Amino acid sequence: MTVGALARGRKGGRVGRIQALLWRRPWMRAALLLGPGLAWFVVIYLASLVLLLITAFWQINPFTTAIERVWNLDNFRTLVTDGTYRLIILRTIGLAAAVTVTDAVLAFPFAYYMARVASRRVQTALFAAVLLPLWASYLARVYAWILILNHDGVLNWSLLLVHLPSANLGYTNWAMWIVFSYIWLPFMIIPTYAALERIPPSYLEAAADLGARQGRATWDVILPLALPGIVAGSIFTFSLTLGDYVTPLLVGGAGSSFIGNVVYSNVGIAHNIPFAAALAIVPVAVMALYLLGARRLGAFEAM
Amino acid sequence: MEGRWTRVALRVWAVGILLFLFIPIGLVIVYAFNVSTIQSWPIPGVTLRWFGQTWQDPEVRRALLLSVEAGLMATALALVLGSMAAFAIHRFQFFGREVISFALVLPLALPGIITGMSLNSFFAFNQVTFSLWTIVIGHATFCIVIVYNNVLARLRRTSSSLMEAAMDLGASGWQTFRDVTFPLISTALVAGALLAFALSFDEVIVTTFTAGAQNTLPLWIFGAIRLGQRLPEVNVVVFVVILITIVPVVIASRLTGGGAAGRVEAVAAAEEV
Repeated sequence: MTVGALARGRKGGRVGRIQALLWRRPWMRAALLLGPGLAWFVVIYLASLVLLLITAFWQINPFTTAIERVWNLDNFRTLVTDGTYRLIILRTIGLAAAVTVTDAVLAFPFAYYMARVASRRVQTALFAAVLLPLWASYLARVYAWILILNHDGVLNWSLLLVHLPSANLGYTNWAMWIVFSYIWLPFMIIPTYAALERIPPSYLEAAADLGARQGRATWDVILPLALPGIVAGSIFTFSLTLGDYVTPLLVGGAGSSFIGNVVYSNVGIAHNIPFAAALAIVPVAVMALYLLGARRLGAFEAM
Repeated sequence: MEGRWTRVALRVWAVGILLFLFIPIGLVIVYAFNVSTIQSWPIPGVTLRWFGQTWQDPEVRRALLLSVEAGLMATALALVLGSMAAFAIHRFQFFGREVISFALVLPLALPGIITGMSLNSFFAFNQVTFSLWTIVIGHATFCIVIVYNNVLARLRRTSSSLMEAAMDLGASGWQTFRDVTFPLISTALVAGALLAFALSFDEVIVTTFTAGAQNTLPLWIFGAIRLGQRLPEVNVVVFVVILITIVPVVIASRLTGGGAAGRVEAVAAAEEV
């Protein structure tokens, strides 16, 4: 006990006694501090997640749409056997993978420039410039692309300028691919940059001394060392695409439904919450597998 | 090290990426001044008319009010719970500490649809009717994480000897907190609050599951874009939303010396504990 605490103890008073008690029993302070937040988190968030998992094994009454607490695997069976849902799941995963690869390709040279070519000042400015769009409202950025890909939008106007035929990308899977790649790109750039920045220049000097040319050094030294960063970025691009339903709804066409869209319509319109829950578990399961793989590639050390 | 042409190529690539990132945002801002009701390029003329009309729109006003209310309440809740949790995790070693610090980041790491969907079934299960409070609860789950990370990052950079010195000089626990700890972390609290508010103000996915029939500003935009209605007003609202979310973030990063912890850093921090 410090002198101060002793003095307070002597002064007495309820506050002093409580303070002294809390001082002697650190676990009580820890519990007081962590308690409310943790209670909130467990009672609301974790309970909801568990409930979601449980609901997936229930069903609804087809006439009243009331939830019946009968344990069964029908929801999951439908997911696997019904071709429509299989297609939607594959489309979601496929597009998430395509977006991830696109972002990795776009981000790597940029991050390389940031980490190894740009001056310190430019580096800081670029860092801020990459993060800023992330905060510029998700919907605003999706909407911007609706305006661009529009029949009378900037894209066709530019194509006309250079005498190319107009492209009607609006409301297609291509549009979704572009918009997702655009929106999540900063999430790929930042971890890739972080990984590249940590490579000691001496490694490259060693490679050069041993006779490796630029291309060889990039391929054999830089890329393997940057890989954990790229994988870390891919966790974001992949997971965020996987769980999205707003972009497919706004820029996708008739055949562009994502897992999220089916979940959304099953909650809102069809009122089949058990089925929506079962479907919502698919991205979680896919992400769990993905994270296991990412851990092996050292992505968590790179973040 | 890199050859001259490699450097030139990399620079061109970097400029290209910057254009790719910023042209769409710039365009959306230009469209807010579009004189025509048809959203084509190039815009035929410039006007401020839609700003006035949007401001007069009762639906937009109601949505704006709801967004601000929800954002403020979620932020307030997050400030209290998030910073308390950060103190506990920073100061004490206890069983399950790592599990807790990992679990706290789940709302940001899991796709929004999972959080939204699970909260939705939680409310349905407990027969909670949708209100401002259900929106606040949904937003607070991820706002807490933002505040938690900002405060924790600051505490880690703050030397504990300052607090010990205060105690040794006879300051009570409360005095130490008020006169030493709080001033040290106050900018992190402000930064965390600003980021949390920005995140809440822009949230769509979780909100669609926790709002019921109410409209926050993003939900209003979402609905209007979907139906292709009132696009001139959408342009204006989008422009204002960009301003409202970017300004706090810029201030927040000034306050923390560029280290404000957003989503990327939040998940990264969880792995470090």
